[in-house]
Amino acid sequence: MKALAAAAVALALLIALALLAPQWLVFMAMLALAKGVVVLGLVVLMRTGLVSFGQGLYFGIGAYAAALLSHQWHIADAAVMLLAAAAAGGLIAALLGLLLARYRDIFFAMLSLALSMILYGLLVKSAALGSTDGFNLHARTFFGMAFASGMERRVFLIAGSACAVVAALMVHRLLGRHWGRLASAVRDNELRVSYLGASPYRVVYVNYLIAGALAGFGGALAALAVGHVDPETTYWTTSGEFVFIAILGGTQSIIAPFVAAAIFEALRTIASQYAPNVWQMSLGLAMLAIIMFQPAGLWSLAERWRRSA
Amino acid sequence: MSNILPVAFDGIAYGSWLFLMSAGLTLIYGVMRILNVAHGSLYALGAYAACSFASAWLNGGLPAAGSFGMLLLAAIVVGGLVGPLLERGLLQWMYGKDEVVLVLITYAVFLIMEDVIKLVWGVDSLLLPEPYALPGNFSLGGLAYPAYNLLLIGMALVTGLALVWALYRTRQGKLLLAVIHDREMSMAMGINVSRFYLATFTVGATLAALGGALTAPTVAVTPGIGVEVIVLAFAVVVIGGLGSLGGAALGALLVGLVRSATVRYWPEAELFSIYAVMAIVLIARPKGLFAAQEARKI
Amino acid sequence: MRISPSFGLRTAVAAFVMLLTVPASLAQQPIKVGIVTLLSGPAAGPFGVPARNAAELTAETLNAGTVPAPYTQKGFGGTPIELVIIDEAGGPQKQVAEFRNLAPRVDIVIGYISSGDCLAIAPVAEELKKLTILFDCGTPRIFEDASYKYVFRTGPTGTMDNVSVALYLVERNPNVKSIAGINQNYAWGQDSWADFENSMKTLKPGIEVKTSQMPKLFAGQFGAEITTLLGSGAEVIHSSMWGGDLEGLVLQGAPRGLFEKHKVILSAGEPAINRLSTRIPDGTILGARGPFGPFAPDTELARWLKTNYQDRYQVPPNYASFKMAQAILAVKAAYEKAKGAGSAVPDQDRIIAALENLTFEGPGGAVKMSLGKGHQAIMDAAVGTTKVEGGQLKMVDVVRYPAEKVNPPDGVKSEAWIKSDLKK
Repeated sequence: MKALAAAAVALALLIALALLAPQWLVFMAMLALAKGVVVLGLVVLMRTGLVSFGQGLYFGIGAYAAALLSHQWHIADAAVMLLAAAAAGGLIAALLGLLLARYRDIFFAMLSLALSMILYGLLVKSAALGSTDGFNLHARTFFGMAFASGMERRVFLIAGSACAVVAALMVHRLLGRHWGRLASAVRDNELRVSYLGASPYRVVYVNYLIAGALAGFGGALAALAVGHVDPETTYWTTSGEFVFIAILGGTQSIIAPFVAAAIFEALRTIASQYAPNVWQMSLGLAMLAIIMFQPAGLWSLAERWRRSA
Repeated sequence: MSNILPVAFDGIAYGSWLFLMSAGLTLIYGVMRILNVAHGSLYALGAYAACSFASAWLNGGLPAAGSFGMLLLAAIVVGGLVGPLLERGLLQWMYGKDEVVLVLITYAVFLIMEDVIKLVWGVDSLLLPEPYALPGNFSLGGLAYPAYNLLLIGMALVTGLALVWALYRTRQGKLLLAVIHDREMSMAMGINVSRFYLATFTVGATLAALGGALTAPTVAVTPGIGVEVIVLAFAVVVIGGLGSLGGAALGALLVGLVRSATVRYWPEAELFSIYAVMAIVLIARPKGLFAAQEARKI
Repeated sequence: MRISPSFGLRTAVAAFVMLLTVPASLAQQPIKVGIVTLLSGPAAGPFGVPARNAAELTAETLNAGTVPAPYTQKGFGGTPIELVIIDEAGGPQKQVAEFRNLAPRVDIVIGYISSGDCLAIAPVAEELKKLTILFDCGTPRIFEDASYKYVFRTGPTGTMDNVSVALYLVERNPNVKSIAGINQNYAWGQDSWADFENSMKTLKPGIEVKTSQMPKLFAGQFGAEITTLLGSGAEVIHSSMWGGDLEGLVLQGAPRGLFEKHKVILSAGEPAINRLSTRIPDGTILGARGPFGPFAPDTELARWLKTNYQDRYQVPPNYASFKMAQAILAVKAAYEKAKGAGSAVPDQDRIIAALENLTFEGPGGAVKMSLGKGHQAIMDAAVGTTKVEGGQLKMVDVVRYPAEKVNPPDGVKSEAWIKSDLKK
């Protein structure tokens, strides 16, 4: 019940933001939300003790799926794009998951990285898709409804928010139950889990699939916000950014990924505007400070505040 | 036959370069369980320092052959200064954290170093062609090759053999193997693990800087050169099996040969040849070529 | 699950308040010009910083009123200009975010070196109705695949770079039989090679392509690629490389005889002159993406840029510097044309109307905004051959190709034009 109330508040807040905020803030919120959804998937995966350095693969698949719909088949409907992207992400994850679910630790991380880099290579080689330059996409309608220019992005943000909140609630429900405990058990000791008769492979596979579908959705949302896709979405630095946001927020909550993504975007924007020559250094120092002083992620701040209150 | 010789030579030369980079990375991972992203920064620092040192030497009108010594000196200075600084100043407070968190810490260091390098050396490329041109060319299958590549191959061999000797033939090396095998037990036996961590990181950092210093004469040293080598070195180390020196050597050679064959026969695929090798090796051998057996903990 | 809604709320509000403070006040006194150029990464040295330097130099001398005719008036029409400089590094997604933050803070945006960034920014500029001048990026797709009202590009596209070197090559080696390429594996390298290959096929039907090497961008080491080129038997080697990759190719290729055994074309090689100078072997065909740098005409405007830049930064300006100065002067020309004799400050729409189809004088010569419905510039192309004389690198046998000869007519896509009409 508490979670439902929190979800309702979060959604109301996001809708208010989508309707009232200036355009640049709507854009930032969309990007932060998109990354938050990807990181949510990563957090699900991290519950089983696995970190993927290749979520860019699904982020990119989602972005390109959305863009190709508008570019190749002239389907410029945002709802179709978002759903198709999540489906595409889930589908590819269902396929690659068969292989990857056997891997653990750093090998899981590196194999997922290798796969995303192979997709990167394929995209760079595709002259028809604009190679590294990428191409533009335009979404004009939502479930067939058309909106005035400038209004459409606000509608997309509301739609994205609704989906993200529903996804977060579902993940919350899933992890709060038997499945979540099973995932933690796989992380802690896989062998015992199999001795108890459960299949760690199945747990990892399903969580990987969820992470893939969410990353695909996030990719399409980001593509809708930016209006452009390019292979950089699948590059390892993009994947690394997701991992960083996950660690920044901490893995113990499902709101944390979204808050962390918003803070990350804000941090990067401020750093590159006020310190254009040393923005990488500023970002690095902020990262170190957070890891040193908030080792369990920013969310531990919330925990402490809640306990003292 | 005349086709295979150049492909093999280019592959071995590229593999030697990869080995210099990945030896330090695999050593640090083997001992400290840190996948060190800042390895790329140390490589870049080594390259920049080599340019500064060797240029100062050459501008001083000293004999050109001495510039090779300057390359080595630059690597030792960078490794000996920055290595301990990072380990004592930052990493020693972070041991025991999750492997992923450690990756992020070294990534943060990498970001900071990128800007530090920019502030110190600027954004213009640095050139140091003298040591590259000095040994001249030799001919192989009718084509000219720079003799500098032989030097690179030699350095990789010497480095590899020196590491093996130090690990398996010296007392300190054997103690280090004990630390790798079981850290807690080693501490209980009275081994000063902290000291070994410092030494390992310093040696690893020096190897990274050496890789950079030896590369500097062959390329234009530009901002961002560190980024390119990180993932390459990671791939090599993972292919070989994390923490395995022999694995790194074999992985480097494999990647080098595959790359040069791809360039020759299928240039379009060069971009992902390395990742394809990595994926195929991992699919066939999930923990790399030379993975250590791990006890199943119940 | 431990969720604290009010905390999430607070953090979110705090984060957004932090964001709200980002766009600074919209001070109207000086004209604010946003400059976006690469300040970090491998392209900062050859392009980003020379462009930023030229922007600062141009703004200062414009404000002081010391730029030669026809730009003698101070600032833009008497109003001083002020630059807001940001870094272009980080890829299109980040740049769209930066652009959206920058646009409310400035009156005009001038920038973008990467074609990917240009393609991503153009529709956003259109949406925000912010006059945006692309100064350097090369891909012709921007105005060939779409049309914009608020977006202009004052530098020529990449098409003419490779068309002009192909013309130059065929004029000098009419019997050329085989070519090979080594280009960076990303859009610029792929497009450049395709343009060159197609131009050569149009000019010399039946020409043989021995190999097309595509090393990874910023690979820096090309041992195996050079071996393959040396063994390919091609007469001519084309490369559109730039920056550290180009310098690496010359440093590694020259000692192995790559430049002696083959005629080498560096279609965007000009910025490397400042770095490599006499290390570039004699007889190399060099392009500068327009009549810039050593190919600049002997005009007062070119001398202004060359001497002032040299005095201030101790190096000659390269093509990125020329193109940045040209972009700022384009806006000045349009602004003052829109202002006309009246004293009123012209609004953006009038500046845009003035810039469309404008012909103005840049430090590289005449610039005609004649493609993309008056939004895309064309210029003469210039190609030369390197020769070391008296310890200095000189460009000899320089040929200037008229703009109309090396660019497609308006409404025709570059690729189709190269494949069919080039000969006319």
